[in-house]
Amino acid sequence: MALKDTLLAGYKDEQASVSAIRSSAKQKLESLELPTIKNEEWKYTSVKSFDSKKYTWSDSKLSSDQLNSVEIPNLDAYKIFLVNGQFNAELSELPTQNKVTVSSIADYLANGGDASVLNAQLKDDADAFSALSTALFKDGYYVQVEKSAVLDKPVVVYHINDASQPVVSIARNVISVAENAQATVIESYHAIGGEASLSNVATEILVGESANVSYYKLQNEVATASHVGTTEVNIKDKAVFTAYTFSFDGEIVRNNLNMALDGEHIEANMYGAYLLGGKTHVDNHTVADHLKPNCVSNELYKGVLDHNSRGVFNGKVFVRPDAQKTNAFQSNKNVLLTDTAKINAKPQLEIWADDVSCSHGCTVGQLDQNAIFFFRQRGISKENAQKLLLQAFVLEVVELVKIDAIKKYLTKIIDAKL
Amino acid sequence: MLSIKNLEASVEDKQILKGLNLEVNAGEIHAIMGPNGAGKSTLASVLAGKDGYEVEGGAAEMDGVDLLDMAPEERAREGLFLAFQYPVEIPGVNTTSFLKLAVNEMREHRGLEPLDASGFLKLMKERMATVEMKKDLLNRNLNEGFSGGEKKRNEIFQMSMLEPKLAILDETDSGLDIDALRIVANGVNSQKSADNAFVVITHYQRLLDYIIPDFVHVLYDGKIIKSGPKELALELEEHGYDAIIKEYEEQTA
Repeated sequence: MALKDTLLAGYKDEQASVSAIRSSAKQKLESLELPTIKNEEWKYTSVKSFDSKKYTWSDSKLSSDQLNSVEIPNLDAYKIFLVNGQFNAELSELPTQNKVTVSSIADYLANGGDASVLNAQLKDDADAFSALSTALFKDGYYVQVEKSAVLDKPVVVYHINDASQPVVSIARNVISVAENAQATVIESYHAIGGEASLSNVATEILVGESANVSYYKLQNEVATASHVGTTEVNIKDKAVFTAYTFSFDGEIVRNNLNMALDGEHIEANMYGAYLLGGKTHVDNHTVADHLKPNCVSNELYKGVLDHNSRGVFNGKVFVRPDAQKTNAFQSNKNVLLTDTAKINAKPQLEIWADDVSCSHGCTVGQLDQNAIFFFRQRGISKENAQKLLLQAFVLEVVELVKIDAIKKYLTKIIDAKL
Repeated sequence: MLSIKNLEASVEDKQILKGLNLEVNAGEIHAIMGPNGAGKSTLASVLAGKDGYEVEGGAAEMDGVDLLDMAPEERAREGLFLAFQYPVEIPGVNTTSFLKLAVNEMREHRGLEPLDASGFLKLMKERMATVEMKKDLLNRNLNEGFSGGEKKRNEIFQMSMLEPKLAILDETDSGLDIDALRIVANGVNSQKSADNAFVVITHYQRLLDYIIPDFVHVLYDGKIIKSGPKELALELEEHGYDAIIKEYEEQTA
């Protein structure tokens, strides 16, 4: 049975508050199948294998110790644990601050929360994964910061799958940061166990006027963990939004990051790095959609690909007719360490305005042999020379991270991988 | 210290070194001069073990150890240092942490304990003074955004940190102003001892006003065609290479 049908068949809906949008999504789902490589947006990422993985709904049997083991050391943050897509209240630590709401989205909706926060930006008919997430999400997180409030610590969300049997989890998340407010949210993805797992996650982010939002997605899963995630961001005037995406492991990982720069004088940044080995496949699809004038978008993604790994980078920049004086920069740089590693990189700039400054650069290459020789001439072994150069290459992105504990966590992972 | 016998080497199937002989003893400074394309930089690259250079014959030993049979890092750890003609810029690698790694790799090879942070800093401060190296350069990424003179000075600084037995300076003087030249020379002179040796590859005589060589060799067409005392450099500066080349070609014709 195809993945879609298995999931629909096994799903128990217990949330009356969202039944309307669920049934609408289910209807759309009837005419949607999982995308194939015939679809231009999925040309280099085949999800055909999902149908044969026997992903099923199941409850986690992971102990608190196991769940706590994934925590980022020394990170002073509020915590949300989503285990197999379900909220774990016992391990979560939520703020009690005024003008701030952080909770599971199911709790938020069950307590009379406004269901229209869902699908404010995400379109169910975008693809089957989006429709699935609306039709079948179990839970997710909800972060709301009211006007001029500042969330005093980051919120870290640990998405953990118990992969002691093939498992699927579907989560819907909402971050809503009002005018002049500030928040940082970190999503950290994990699978524990040797069986196949799939997370299908959709996150909608609203960045209000003059607000400041940082959003992190950290993926250091196991080689049997797949992930399809879509993050839809709507940014208003004078706001600053920065997304960080770090991918280190997994089976098939697809990250859609779509930013609508829906105001003037916005600064929007997308930073990412991927360090892949084995047969890991990571696909980053990003969109910076400049709708209005006088905005800046910056994008920097860097990747190191070893063994038979495969990377995909698709960076779309749209500059709409009204978006004069746009500054849009995009850079994607890749180092391939073997003949069998692959990267498909596609910068895609579509510009309808005439007074803009846009640039993009894309490189695919090997390490600089002159630099390696230089290090060796100074007595440093070839292996260490290579490691130093790769670290330097990737750390350029890590340096952009503003939270020390995250920086250290990433540096440690990178150090161990290279 | 260094013994090169009948060395032949080629790059991309083109023979560049055609039977080169050179003997350098401890405590000596040798200058190798020659016109462009003579093989000066090839000699430096072959000795240091750069990829892409095919050794087709002859031998090169350092203190009796076969250099040509070792990986570049092993040659370096045995005490061979090359000051590069075009030092590479390496974004993202901090000069100080790179040097600490290099110094400790050398020490490990020599059976010494690694230097701790304060020991390393002390050594660095002392050596920085000799080459008038500015501290802020060391906090920056390796050679990134350095001027030509700063890059060359950084090479000499690294040399003084690593204390090689044999240092080859590949056109370290080219493009340097007179102050930088004096500083580079000072770095060499302050390090010179009875136990080490220097091979200074240069196109111009001017450097040799500051680093006084014991011997001057003329490299042409992949061979040393003439050797002499330091005065040979002055002669070359005055009359150019043409006279010597002509003399050599007449002899071999």
